[in-house]
Amino acid sequence: MTALLVAAVGITLLGVVGVVWGAAIFSLLTGAGDAAHVALYVAAVVVGPVAELMAVQGVTALQRSRLRTIAGIDIPVGSRTAERKPWPLGPWLSASIWRQVAFHLLSVGIGVAAGVVAVCWLAPVIAVTYLIVGAPSGAPAAVSCAGALAMLFAAPWLARQVAVADQTLARALLGPSQSEEFALRLESLAKSRAAIVAATDTERRRIERDLHDGAQQRLVSLAMRLGLARARFSDVPEPIEQVIAEAHEEALLALSEVREFIRGLHPAVLNDRGLNAALSGLAARAPLPVRLTVDMAQSAAPGVEAVAYFIVSEAITNVVKHAQATQAEVTVASDGSLLRIAISDNGVGGAKLGGPGASDGGTGLMGLMQRAASVDGTLTIDSPPGGPTVITAELPCES
Amino acid sequence: MRIVIAEDSALLRDGLTRLLSGGEFEVVAAVADAEQLLRAVAELQPDLAVLDVRMPPGFTDEGIKAALVIRRQFPDIALLVLSQYVEESYATDLLSEATNAVGYLLKDRVAHVNDFLDAVRRVAAGGTALDPEVVAQLLVRRKDDPMSSLTPREQQVLRLMAEGRSNGGIVEVLKVSPSAVEKYVTNIFAKLDLPPISTDHRRVLAVLKYLGA
Repeated sequence: MTALLVAAVGITLLGVVGVVWGAAIFSLLTGAGDAAHVALYVAAVVVGPVAELMAVQGVTALQRSRLRTIAGIDIPVGSRTAERKPWPLGPWLSASIWRQVAFHLLSVGIGVAAGVVAVCWLAPVIAVTYLIVGAPSGAPAAVSCAGALAMLFAAPWLARQVAVADQTLARALLGPSQSEEFALRLESLAKSRAAIVAATDTERRRIERDLHDGAQQRLVSLAMRLGLARARFSDVPEPIEQVIAEAHEEALLALSEVREFIRGLHPAVLNDRGLNAALSGLAARAPLPVRLTVDMAQSAAPGVEAVAYFIVSEAITNVVKHAQATQAEVTVASDGSLLRIAISDNGVGGAKLGGPGASDGGTGLMGLMQRAASVDGTLTIDSPPGGPTVITAELPCES
Repeated sequence: MRIVIAEDSALLRDGLTRLLSGGEFEVVAAVADAEQLLRAVAELQPDLAVLDVRMPPGFTDEGIKAALVIRRQFPDIALLVLSQYVEESYATDLLSEATNAVGYLLKDRVAHVNDFLDAVRRVAAGGTALDPEVVAQLLVRRKDDPMSSLTPREQQVLRLMAEGRSNGGIVEVLKVSPSAVEKYVTNIFAKLDLPPISTDHRRVLAVLKYLGA
């Protein structure tokens, strides 16, 4: 019954607004009479679409709340693109509004069907009334009773069918369309991916900070004390001097390994001064000569810079491990919207990249490609046998 | 030599204090952040301030900023900046204010006690001590590769000059004769088109300027 009621209210509202608008246009076209009438009609024509839009959206909200309270189902709201289009006519260009209008028209049918269900439930009462007051058509009592019973038995089934039809229609027309659903899905995937990338970034910074405050300071202190011992106790027996010297060298090695590890992970200077400043250290510490050219008018988003840094760092590691190169070149350029990174070497080439999930011979190139993809970037590898190898990455500056 | 130390790690602060105590050195204050450092420097007027880059509250480049403030207020106080990482961009900031009596070294260098104390003396005497890694970082950014025209030995000498070493210091590191070092230096200046310079300090200046610091 509520379905019938809401549908009736809805369609009346839409109908009245629609008729008033249509009548106003008609009156204007057929000659409107005095200025006051013209003004009134023009106002009606202008306000009409807006009022109708509000009516459609209002009735939709009403239907949604009906379905929520009565049937207990929540119809997801589609993308908000319709609402975002410029008023007053913009929203009318979106399919979503027209789907809502279609629902409101069809809901009249559903309402009527709900009315039939109600009559079915009441059939015995009607039959009994007829028996007492006498049926107007003069049908035999047995036929009335049998009909009433049949209608009563049919009522639950009919009610279920009407409810199913109602909900199916509502889902199909009030809920998001398939393309809207994909858009919503994409939006939520993009959001969760960005959150994961940001979380990884934060985690790297935390690890860097922890190591800096903890292990690194201790190792510096240890190396310093051993250095002090080595410098001050030069007159101890040779074996002791040798043990101290070895311990000192070990401590220094551990210290430089920890620093190297952090360099590859997330150097503090990257947070502090950005990609441009951070790359100097990377290039200078490579075991082969690396020429660095950076041309960045402005910095990219921190997450994107972290990915760019990681790509350069890993690519240089690859050159050192696999390329048998004697020199490498890193070029970074940004036009404010796209960050272009190229790492080239004069090595033997032949670096391969398998398809998704394929092995790339342990070069880690797949990982690089995935890191680039994590910020909607691309990475290409040009490495003919005999070289040279050029790795190019393009990352959007905003993530 | 009166020294003020600023280092937020208590362990390293103690270590540095021990290292720089005795003999010609005297630690007059050891503090944990830049604010206390500026106060101690103003009050005690030391000969040298040894300071960490990353200190509270922001843990980024407080040490570099504090060093620049000290240099502007008290140009006579020598500055030795230490860090877990040395970065060419920090070095450029530091050197923009002045290249005399300034040092920027990786904390690891502290562990080579005698070399470190040499660097401390050099900076306190008005010289320069740049970490070899900073010099390497300056070199990767040169568009025309300055190294390509130099022999490997000359490249070594250029790096040592950029670190702030005198001829004597270079002789000691490379274990060659003083006249050989002089010859290398002359060759480098000729090849890089730099005017010949006699004093150590002005020589360092010319090399750093050439490297773009």
